[in-house]
Amino acid sequence: MNSEIIRVLAFLVGVIAFAALNAAYLVWLERKEAGHIQRRIGPKEVGPFGLLQPMVDGIKLMTKQILIPDGVDPILFRLAPILAMIPAIMCFVTIPFSQELVARNINLGLLMIFAFASINVLALLLGGWASANKYAVISAARAVAQNVAYEIPMLVTVITMVMITGTLNLNDIVAQQPNISQWYIFRFSASPLMPVAFLIFFICSLAETNRAPFDLNEAESELVAGFHTEYSSMGFGLFFMGEYANIVIGSSLAVILFLGGWQDPFGLFPGVWWFLIKLYCLIFTVIWIRWTYPRTQFYGLLNLSWKILIPISLFNLLLTAGFLKVF
Amino acid sequence: MSHPLPLNNQDNQESFVLNLGPQHPATHGVLRVKLTMDGEYIMHAEPVLGYIHRMHEKMGENRTWAQFMPNTGRMDYLSALSFNHGYAALVERAMGIEVPERAEYLRVITVELNRISSHLVWFGAFILDLGGFSPLLYAFDDREHILDLLESVTGSRLTYCYFRFGGLYNDIDENFVDGTREFIKTMRERLPMYHNLVTKNIILIKRLKDIGPIPKETIRKYGATGPVARGSGVDYDIRRNEPYSIYPEFDFDIPVYTECDSMARYMVRMDEIEQSMRIIEQALDKLPEGPVMAPKVPKILKPPKGDYYQAVESARGSLGMRAVSDGTNKAYRLKLRSPTFSNLSLFSEVSEGMLLPDALALMGSLDLVIPEIDR
Repeated sequence: MNSEIIRVLAFLVGVIAFAALNAAYLVWLERKEAGHIQRRIGPKEVGPFGLLQPMVDGIKLMTKQILIPDGVDPILFRLAPILAMIPAIMCFVTIPFSQELVARNINLGLLMIFAFASINVLALLLGGWASANKYAVISAARAVAQNVAYEIPMLVTVITMVMITGTLNLNDIVAQQPNISQWYIFRFSASPLMPVAFLIFFICSLAETNRAPFDLNEAESELVAGFHTEYSSMGFGLFFMGEYANIVIGSSLAVILFLGGWQDPFGLFPGVWWFLIKLYCLIFTVIWIRWTYPRTQFYGLLNLSWKILIPISLFNLLLTAGFLKVF
Repeated sequence: MSHPLPLNNQDNQESFVLNLGPQHPATHGVLRVKLTMDGEYIMHAEPVLGYIHRMHEKMGENRTWAQFMPNTGRMDYLSALSFNHGYAALVERAMGIEVPERAEYLRVITVELNRISSHLVWFGAFILDLGGFSPLLYAFDDREHILDLLESVTGSRLTYCYFRFGGLYNDIDENFVDGTREFIKTMRERLPMYHNLVTKNIILIKRLKDIGPIPKETIRKYGATGPVARGSGVDYDIRRNEPYSIYPEFDFDIPVYTECDSMARYMVRMDEIEQSMRIIEQALDKLPEGPVMAPKVPKILKPPKGDYYQAVESARGSLGMRAVSDGTNKAYRLKLRSPTFSNLSLFSEVSEGMLLPDALALMGSLDLVIPEIDR
């Protein structure tokens, strides 16, 4: 019993630390990568390779005053950043970093992640609405429309996956993919459209986390800073961390569902490092996309979801169901 | 694609006013646009000018002709040399000063370099408006070469005051010639890269194609000029239609697109970079020897009584300068016709019924330089 409490506490600290460190160092990675894509070197002054830059940024954000403008809804305004961060941390609870390294290996892990991840849009909506700022309200409205549009193909793809795997337990899903030919992205025996399913999932997770080219609700050339226009200090910081935590979760899920999680490609030395390597490769791609593409327009975004992604994912669902029935 | 207003206009219940600017990332300066919005659709857009009004025209009236020259570099900070050129040519026309041939060639070379740098800034900033960050840095990298070249002959990097009445302040050296050729060589490699990475990008095409159509009649109605007009099929360029300096001696094309959309305006500017490089190359090949300053320019300029006008093609369109002289050493009246003022005027009409991001893409494609609008 006693060891169980210690275990829970250790994982609590570990998960929060992982989320926070990732948020901080993904900013560093993003700035460094953006720098190299743009033929600059990015942050370099603070610490070796600018590695202490996130710490300094964090200290700066924490020492700033939280400015609460007149006319905002004081409770919701303060609640929104917290609501952006906490569900993101909760999602990490069921993510299996390796076979043993999982805070709570529950059978409904996948469902739980989606339940908590959906709260994120509520935080954006509250933040935008409570700010009493026109730009923020437009941004919040966009966020809702975008999340509704992309939740559907994402969940349809996940349902397809669950039909194949037969479980919602993330560790079991990973256990089913022991080497590269059995990763679900290449499992053509389940459905010939598996790579497409991965692509749909990846695009949707970009859109769900409001990353470029789908970052319409923080389009700085249109909406200044979007829903967090009025936020300062750690209010802004929490939104920011929440966004990066969501990227980590989206990429983790893609790794777990399609790329074999902590399993390695060749059946050798499975473990947490393989998970992290795959995770950061995906995150690297996410950042790469952001600094390469311009932003989509809103009808382009919705057209992509309703006219392309949803029909394809539904077709994939049907096809997979047929395959499961026949074979 | 034109967007119908989803709600009826009669009972404007759903509309609200959005102040875009004077401090806003998309306006690239202190332009304020009062938008009456219906959701994300623009019902009415009203540009509000004057936030950086500096009375340049009035200053022209109470300083001597020569003293006004530095002002011209401070209106359009991206193509300052075109303004230099317009004013110098105006006063030369009023005084009847002949400019040496070498000076004319150098004027054309520097002005065209300046035009390329202006288009590069526009290119970067325009893609930035559309949410693409990286091209800006590449464009500025290329522009840096131009700024270095121009700095070596003019002494300044942005607000040039290089032209004098009757010639130039400074002759060029070998380094400038070599550097310019080198720049053209690298730029010829960079342009296809820009087209591959940016122009052919499907998101960019979707954002620009058929967005913000400006019909030919609207162009005529508002007197829009430059790439904005040429993107709508108006084949008009002062360099060819009202030749000045030595432009008739060069062989260059005026890119004209008839699609009228933002993509057409984008393509016009990208093609103009290539055409400007052609002009520079020819000018460098034909560059004659000789002085860069007319021998007998009076110290105190007193143009004869009269009304003078000179138009030049700046990077943004036709720039008209009109001076009324009463025979003293100061202008009686100096009036500028700046291109973006007319180009911005059509924004209100064209943006009606557009979505906010599309309207901002349209605004970006107009290539606004606010100090030049306000003067």
